[in-house]
Amino acid sequence: MLRLLAVTAALLLAALPLRAEGINDLVTTFTLDNGMDVVVIEDHRAPVVVHMVWYRAGSADEPAGSSGVAHFLEHLLFKGTDTLAPGEFSKVVAANGGTDNAFTSYDYTGYFQRVAADRLGLMMQMEADRMVNLNLGPEDILTEREVIIEERNQRVENDPGALFREQRNAALYMNHRYGVPIIGWRHEMETLDLDAALAFYKRHYAPNNAILIVAGDTTPEEVRALAQEHYGPLPANPELGPRLRPQEPVQMSERRLTFRDARVAQPYVIRTYLAPERDPGAQETAAALVMLSEILGGGQTSVLNRKLQFEKQKAVYTSAFYSGVSLDDTSFGLVIVPSQGVSLQEAEDALDTAVAEFLEEGVDAEQLERIKFQLRAQQIYARDDVSQLARRYGAALTAELTVEDVQAWPDVLQAVTEDDILAAARMVFDRKNSVTGWLMSEETEVTQ
Amino acid sequence: MKYLLTALFAALLALPARADIEIEEVTSPGGITAWLVEEPSIPFVSLELRFRGGASLDLPGNRGAVNLMVGLLEEGAGERDARGFAEAAESIAASFSFDASDDAVSVSARFLKETQPEALALLRDALTAPRFDADALERVRAQVISGIRSDLKDPDSIASAAFDRMVFGDHPYGSAREGTEDSVAALTRDDLIDAHAGVLTRDRVYVAAAGDITGEELSALLDDLLGDLPATGRPQPADVAVTTEAGATVVPFDTPQSVALFGHEGIERDDPDFFAAYVMNQILGAGGFESRLMNEVREKRGLTYGVYSYLVPKDHAALYLGRVASANDRIAEAIDVIRAEWERLAAEGVSEEELAEAKTYLTGAYPLRFDGNGPIADILVGMQMDHLPLDYVETRNDKVAAVTLDDVSRVAERLLRPEALHFVVVGQPEGLEATPGQ
Repeated sequence: MLRLLAVTAALLLAALPLRAEGINDLVTTFTLDNGMDVVVIEDHRAPVVVHMVWYRAGSADEPAGSSGVAHFLEHLLFKGTDTLAPGEFSKVVAANGGTDNAFTSYDYTGYFQRVAADRLGLMMQMEADRMVNLNLGPEDILTEREVIIEERNQRVENDPGALFREQRNAALYMNHRYGVPIIGWRHEMETLDLDAALAFYKRHYAPNNAILIVAGDTTPEEVRALAQEHYGPLPANPELGPRLRPQEPVQMSERRLTFRDARVAQPYVIRTYLAPERDPGAQETAAALVMLSEILGGGQTSVLNRKLQFEKQKAVYTSAFYSGVSLDDTSFGLVIVPSQGVSLQEAEDALDTAVAEFLEEGVDAEQLERIKFQLRAQQIYARDDVSQLARRYGAALTAELTVEDVQAWPDVLQAVTEDDILAAARMVFDRKNSVTGWLMSEETEVTQ
Repeated sequence: MKYLLTALFAALLALPARADIEIEEVTSPGGITAWLVEEPSIPFVSLELRFRGGASLDLPGNRGAVNLMVGLLEEGAGERDARGFAEAAESIAASFSFDASDDAVSVSARFLKETQPEALALLRDALTAPRFDADALERVRAQVISGIRSDLKDPDSIASAAFDRMVFGDHPYGSAREGTEDSVAALTRDDLIDAHAGVLTRDRVYVAAAGDITGEELSALLDDLLGDLPATGRPQPADVAVTTEAGATVVPFDTPQSVALFGHEGIERDDPDFFAAYVMNQILGAGGFESRLMNEVREKRGLTYGVYSYLVPKDHAALYLGRVASANDRIAEAIDVIRAEWERLAAEGVSEEELAEAKTYLTGAYPLRFDGNGPIADILVGMQMDHLPLDYVETRNDKVAAVTLDDVSRVAERLLRPEALHFVVVGQPEGLEATPGQ
């Protein structure tokens, strides 16, 4: 019963790992002279390629006061260039039987097309074109700004859980831009203009700030030749500096918030703790946190499920989540959706008790082995979906991890011990670094 | 310089229009057939099962029984309780999912080649020997009820429920397959046992597999997997006519963006004009950024993030539906634009250029669907549910390519009926005239 997953749906779970043998053999990487990194993932079963360009620029790279501009620019890249009319990019992709889209997150913006393998060169030609030749008019800006505000309406304003998430993130990050929503605060989105979009474009869109990923029925030789032809001539941006973003201070005070909305049908408690992310060459702590999240909240046999749904009927749903792929400090979360008749305070207490008991009882060795076996099996299943593999590389490389880090990650996960997991738990479960949120309907009782 | 590239692109339109897969049909000694694409390069198997009928086979007064029964299949089966079953599946990295929709119960399984016998034994238990233990029943019942409550406050769910009630009334399509809080609270273990015996039966099962498995292996395992199911079960529900009138029904809900679900009668999957309708819908509202609706409502006017239309040929009724969401003070304009587009296409048809673009897209995109064992098994079982022949994959693009301008005009005149186009709007729409009575 996965019905209630919507509670955590917007928080991507830990990326699935890769194993040194087998899956890494599908992957080839190189760098063009202008600094553009290239990743090729081969899968020759179907005559299809996915062509992606990822920029090391996301919402957390925006200037203060312009929240949402990274995502706004992503929309505007489908408007015209010097040689393509507005909308023509997607029209050409469709006319070639392909589909295209784009996505923006805190640490990256990505563009992709899925198309017949022999159209790869055309995709590169057009993607290279809009990396440097964007040509926007004032009309494009105004209409598209209304579109992103409707997108915010759809994703956030119409969803109390999403509004609640924004408030919690803003409380968790006291200084870092991860506290600002990717889509932007509404009042700032309403002021986004051509200058803001073009400033972000000129600063961040350049081959030496981009990663090309091609997955599917192609070869490294073909990708190299086509990439040199289409992306090779683009000049690097010499002013591109390191990504220095405001970091979190030492956090000294637990934060708590309640969010009430008449549209809430199912109240719940969610607590997030600031947590370390995967760092280049140092992924051990993050690996232990991935294992911790799996043990506490990964599915039917997890600790929280067992204690809170099976042994005591305190919850209809529990979860733990952690996303290690992040440029700066990430978060570790715990969720409990209480059973009918269980108050939020009772639910939170039961959650805390369950975690405390887990720290006393330690890790169930059989459960850990089951999780490790499933992670090994993922190396096999992952080969069935190279688009997903491509996204994993893109997310990791834009978070400043290296190809070596990505390829070592499965082994780092397998090496995690029971002691590592408990040490990581004691480290991360520090209430001074946490935000506890209660999502409530208008009627939800605060006390029993 | 602008538009210079267009001519170049036009020269590139010849597409590889064939999906390069070979479908084999196997029949077990016990007479169960399955479709297979053997793909030994990755050592795992995707298996898809469908039982026709699904949640529409709920007995009167028992709404939600099939959905709850399906939710309990992996919550204890054979000799294992819910935790034991989950541990066994996790320990071999097999995954199973069970889902009830209006017309089918869907079962998806994925397992490693090296643990195929263990995985199939678990799946057989879930399908043929679910326990419906009291503690599991209460746990899952609470989850289902929690979901039902959430749906009552979700604009999209509210819109669907209102539209279905309006169109289908007392037919099973007219109510949520999850049931109501009261109907689910009243379900007994016997109701679930009864639903299991009446719905998961051999006379209505379709099977497809893709991956590292041979035809011989597949045909040998089918009887063991499904042979213990009853031969036959509940009768399928009756067909139902779709009647709507032009207008709008407003369901007041305090939220900033109104959600509108709209539509009227659609077209059957086996109608001779289905492909013409499919191509026409690609032009009107199915195509990503290219459709007329997206172009008029989003690209030109910025009234929405997304607007779509889609053909919904169900087993017992055919709908043509669409969805749009706009701020409360803009939804009326979005609806006006959609109505106008409906009328324009019905009256004027489409242009040669639009038709050519839609056909090129649809024929080019088709082979791209077959890009993994999971998707292939899913397509194969869907083809069987739609009564399509084994060679459909090879002929499908020809059917799309054969659609002419006359075909689209004919089907547009027949299918698009502005006088029946009804909108159900959930929100606080401003300036929208609601139609009384519906």
